[in-house]
Amino acid sequence: MSTNNNIAQARKLVEQLRIEAGYERIKVSKAAADLMSYCEQHARSDPLLVGVPTSENPFKDKKPCIIL
Amino acid sequence: MGEMEQMKKEAEALKTQIEAARKAVHDTDMASAASGVAPAPRVQLKTRRNLKGHLAKIYAMHWSTDNRLMVSASQDGKLLIWDSHSGNKVNAVPLKSSWVMTCAYAPSGNLVASGGLDNMCTVYNLKTPVIKTVKELDAHTGYLSCARFLSDTEVLTASGDTTCALWDLETGKQKTVFLNHVGDCMCLSLSPDMNSFVSGACDSLAKLWDIRDGQCKQTFLGHTSDINAISFYPGGNAIITGSDDCTCKMYDLRADQELITYQDAALNSGVTSLALSMSGRLIFAGYDDFNCNIWDSLKGEKVGVLSGHDNRVSCTGVPPDGMCVCTGSWDSFLKIWN
Repeated sequence: MSTNNNIAQARKLVEQLRIEAGYERIKVSKAAADLMSYCEQHARSDPLLVGVPTSENPFKDKKPCIIL
Repeated sequence: MGEMEQMKKEAEALKTQIEAARKAVHDTDMASAASGVAPAPRVQLKTRRNLKGHLAKIYAMHWSTDNRLMVSASQDGKLLIWDSHSGNKVNAVPLKSSWVMTCAYAPSGNLVASGGLDNMCTVYNLKTPVIKTVKELDAHTGYLSCARFLSDTEVLTASGDTTCALWDLETGKQKTVFLNHVGDCMCLSLSPDMNSFVSGACDSLAKLWDIRDGQCKQTFLGHTSDINAISFYPGGNAIITGSDDCTCKMYDLRADQELITYQDAALNSGVTSLALSMSGRLIFAGYDDFNCNIWDSLKGEKVGVLSGHDNRVSCTGVPPDGMCVCTGSWDSFLKIWN
């Protein structure tokens, strides 16, 4: 019966909200600091951020060989 | 008071409680926190490869863990496996159903998967002398929007039937069904530690799930339309989402809330896809307006654009070594940029 369905759905929603309400949140200042720290630590090894030297670029344009 | 009324009241009270708890930890915003961070350099990438081969719209692409091979899916009814370094096609997998919406490469490199309007996820073995269908995962009652391999024996799927599922590839059956979204699930992303995943759906919500116990642990609000793309931030503490509301957002998992919205008044096209650079600093977001915009994930500013496609950018991907970004489009081409 659809009324039983609705009640079952409402129960599920309340159960889910209870789980989410119980979550222990950290402060945004700490979360932001950790994200910035991660980016900073890994910036130097991020090829798209620092660029790829042509000699090490597997996608560099292939130039035809010139026979002298 | 009837039970229904009681539960409605309790639901409202819990929602208010959650909102208050989020506010209570909101002691700063990301813009202020990142004000001291040097801006990301202006990013100008060149097209290094133009991969021609598909004959119709490309809907999905996924890098192999070897940083070299990639799989793409098109509604021309084929999966193509590309060697991105040479630009050559290594394999072609003809699909039973051409209405494909997703493809995935297994971490081992042995298997690929695809699925779409056939409501199934089909897994293929690339290593047999002739490519063979290994399994057809058939239980979803809606289209397959996304699939990802955890290993050669487990696959995660997201479906238009509003569920996500974890499948056992040996039995072909669903081990766990993730139920909580009230709209079509459009995308999913595995956490770096593989214990959880996040999904985005047409109910404009992103949800975090525990893979093993099947529970929805957290729900992220803020978008005002379908979430088409989602990705874990490399460290595993944040997620980035892209939506038909024309914005991308960053949500922090531990603060349980939105930290930044990536938006521009001039941008009024939906976000179709996104990928992050290795450090997480750069977000490559594909839009309906044929471009891929590059965002500074910490400062929320646009720092570049990848222009060149002649139709919607439908998929983007950065390989694990972060050496390039690949964009796939309805114009039937894949481009590799760095």
